[in-house]
Amino acid sequence: MEQTYAIELQNITKRFGSVVANDKVSLSLRKGEILCVLGENGSGKTTLVNMISGIYYPEEGRITVDGREVKIRSPKDSFDLGIGMVHQHFKLVDILTAAENIILGLPGRQRLNMKQVNAEISALADKYGFELDPRQKIYEMSVSQKQTVEIVKMLYRGARILILDEPTAVLTPQEADRLFEVLRNMKKDGCSIILITHKLHEVLAVSDRVSILRKGHYIDTVDTADATVASLTEMMVGTKVDLNIDRPEPKNRVKRLELTDVTCTTKDGIHSLDHASLTVYGGEILGIAGIAGSGQKELLEAIAGLEPVTEGAITFYPDAEAESDAETADATVSTDAAEGKAPAVTSRQSESQNASKQNISNVSEKASGKNAETGSSLGAASGTKKNGAKGAKENAPVRIDNLDVAKIRSLGVRLAFVPEDRLGMGLVGSMDMTDNMMLRSYRRGHSEFLDRRTPGKLAAQVKDQLEIVTPSISAPVGRMSGGNVQKVLVGREIAQHPKVLMVAYPTRGIDINSSYTIYHLLNEQKERGIAVICVIEDLDVLMELCDRIAVLCGGQITGIVDGRTTKKDELGVLMTKRMVHGSNDPEKTGQPDVQAGTVPADRAGQQESKSDEFAANGSERTNLATEISRKGGSAQ
Amino acid sequence: MNKEPFLRMSRRESIPLWKEALIYLAAILLALIACAGVIYALVQMNPIDVYKAIFDGALGSKRRIWITVRDMLTLLCIAVGLAPAFRMRFWNIGAEGQILVGGVAAAALMINLADKIPNVLLILLMFVAAAAAGIVWGLIPAFFKAYWKTNETLFTLMLNYVAMQVVTYCIIFWENPKGSNSVGIINQSTRAGWLPEVFGNDYFWNIVIVAVLTVSMFIYLRYSKGGYEVAVVGESERTARYAGINVKKVMLRTMAISGAICGIAGFIAVSGSGHTISTSTANGRGFTAIIVAWLARFNTFAMVLIAFGIVFMEKGAIQIASQYGLNESASDVLLGIILFFILGAEFFVRYKVELNHHKE
Repeated sequence: MEQTYAIELQNITKRFGSVVANDKVSLSLRKGEILCVLGENGSGKTTLVNMISGIYYPEEGRITVDGREVKIRSPKDSFDLGIGMVHQHFKLVDILTAAENIILGLPGRQRLNMKQVNAEISALADKYGFELDPRQKIYEMSVSQKQTVEIVKMLYRGARILILDEPTAVLTPQEADRLFEVLRNMKKDGCSIILITHKLHEVLAVSDRVSILRKGHYIDTVDTADATVASLTEMMVGTKVDLNIDRPEPKNRVKRLELTDVTCTTKDGIHSLDHASLTVYGGEILGIAGIAGSGQKELLEAIAGLEPVTEGAITFYPDAEAESDAETADATVSTDAAEGKAPAVTSRQSESQNASKQNISNVSEKASGKNAETGSSLGAASGTKKNGAKGAKENAPVRIDNLDVAKIRSLGVRLAFVPEDRLGMGLVGSMDMTDNMMLRSYRRGHSEFLDRRTPGKLAAQVKDQLEIVTPSISAPVGRMSGGNVQKVLVGREIAQHPKVLMVAYPTRGIDINSSYTIYHLLNEQKERGIAVICVIEDLDVLMELCDRIAVLCGGQITGIVDGRTTKKDELGVLMTKRMVHGSNDPEKTGQPDVQAGTVPADRAGQQESKSDEFAANGSERTNLATEISRKGGSAQ
Repeated sequence: MNKEPFLRMSRRESIPLWKEALIYLAAILLALIACAGVIYALVQMNPIDVYKAIFDGALGSKRRIWITVRDMLTLLCIAVGLAPAFRMRFWNIGAEGQILVGGVAAAALMINLADKIPNVLLILLMFVAAAAAGIVWGLIPAFFKAYWKTNETLFTLMLNYVAMQVVTYCIIFWENPKGSNSVGIINQSTRAGWLPEVFGNDYFWNIVIVAVLTVSMFIYLRYSKGGYEVAVVGESERTARYAGINVKKVMLRTMAISGAICGIAGFIAVSGSGHTISTSTANGRGFTAIIVAWLARFNTFAMVLIAFGIVFMEKGAIQIASQYGLNESASDVLLGIILFFILGAEFFVRYKVELNHHKE
């Protein structure tokens, strides 16, 4: 007994049905160290620590705390041993203050002395360098502040062993650095910390030792000082992995989608998306950065037709440049036919009548619009209406905001969307691959009955091409692993031959090899001229993959930067740079001017393809100009 | 702190069919043993005789067989009607009400139009009217749920009582003989509006109607676009919206179908078996059918077996009750015990329970 460990796990095994989540895993945490548990999603990290915190009970193996063997049957047992766990999803009561949350459930006298409690909490926070106001309500807090409350809660309860499950997933780089600083302070004070993560940079930055799990097996524990990104990845994945993502130069950028002042409002009247303006081009990957819940979901769902837009417009620009009406109409059809998308052409032609009607109805909607800028786009739209009358309806920009998914499709606008919630939105978990393949296309044909043959073929094709591991295409997709589920979803969306492909957190919860398959697929789509919009939380990936990155904060687009030249710090600043509402008002009045300047430029761009490029750059520059003026605004 | 949990439960990923059947069989056996125990405690009878009585009650004579089949058909019809609603996760516990209004509509035509129009036309009209009344009763909660997100469980349940009062109200006008507070057998002498006898069999048309509905519903849920939409909406409304499905429309359409079939069940109860209407025309079958639909996991063919099993036990329980001088409530107790075991078996089908044998 040269060394007593804070926690020692020996040969822990945990099964869920036939799945072995942890197979004879051993782990030891020294006193006063930071141990990272590293592994891909599904490697059993969370299951393992859940057994330390009393949520699961192991089937085999021993747990010792401070050299004594213990049985941890409930979270309370775990507390009593001085173990505190901060879960990925916070467990706080929104309407209570930080201090009330911290003492919630603790035994004590009937009469509470909140003053004393607050003072104690403040003292504790100061000791480790947390920034925390015990009197603040949880619902007023940012995600990182909530996390602070969770950590302080554990410390206040006397935890000397702290387990953090993916704590940085919800933080900006700056906030993560601050968290690490605090963790180091706690370590100095003698706390032992287990940090679960799959981000290698963090492992190297903060930990003393790293334990690696792979597919439920314990692989090894190494000193961080001896580890490199490459060596850790190899242990995590089992084979050498090339960690570079290529980024081909964008070719033939064409304007595909334009968002002007798009605002979405929640039931409580909060703007989940706040006057977001953005232009998306075919042939490039546009990244969306931001802290979780900054409006990423709303942005994509507004475009996809799933989120009502309370203000502003979303316009889709179909192929071909409008030079002379008749010519272009022919050109569109022939190019489409050449690409072998005959069905799309017919559907478009049959729907063109509807399309023009739609434009008209949009115009009437706009006529009842509230502010000056909608008035200006009214001019643009009625112009296209005139064009439409001459017969080149296919080329007219289409307003797609506030239309439902089926309507957008019927207008010939091909949007593909890989949502964040794969099994809750993108796929039906209890159905098999075939039935999921037809989720977006089952309406095809006049028959009342389903055609399962075409989707069946597609399913087989997707399974082969993306190397999906499943017993058969008729097994429920809900039983597949995360990576395979995502491949099914991405495969289906790409098979629609979209013009715009939106992906939300495409590699969240997915093993490294599958992640790279997906990045590769996105690049392939980009090279085919498709406009790719992707929301990714990992800034490193974003900076390696995307041509441009738009940063969201509190529903506002706080900046659009070049993916090749930007720095992490710059993104971090933009991610937290929310405009104060007071200084936002003078801005709103200033904005239409800028917009008024860009709209004609864009329309000019439609007439000549070359100037389109310039106009695009121009509008980007004006965006930056807006950005700068906003910065000025907030500084005042 | 040194004791460990005794049992461990885990979700089964899949279960072979024979194992599932075995679990249900075990449940029925246990139910029979428990029933025998209860009977023995009450009247000290030999359990073997009790089982004989059960079989006798359900299938003991030709007449009893046909009554069992008739009741099974009605129950099956309701379960088939509930299938699309429950597939859509729309908790329609208002089948009772839908049956009753269907029955009232059929009875109204039967009483008022008898001998005024040809019998075939009358029956057709009754059929359509019953379905239409069921549709209305099904659409009301669907409409409120689709547009104002009201809770359909409470809504459909409350509509049952409204339907019951509608029946009570109508009985006042249709009383026969006066003062009996019941409608009696309608058109007993003319048999107008009764589903006619074919090949000497009173229940021929019941079988045809229910068989057609059962097969159609199977095809609808499995192979039609509408059925696919129902499944997607049931799984997740967000997925449905993402797929471009008009959730409101699907909800209304599905409940119209569900209500219509339950209304038809009311028609069958009035025109095809009871030839009368009362507040107990539905007789709790709207609730029992939920169990049938659920246990069959919306497979309408599996519903045939389950409906038969339940009616079989029900008839048996009634037989025991009468044979041993117990009242009707005793048969309800026995049926309750049986359903308890069958539903309990569901848990063992979905989860695996093991003892903790911790290796040191």
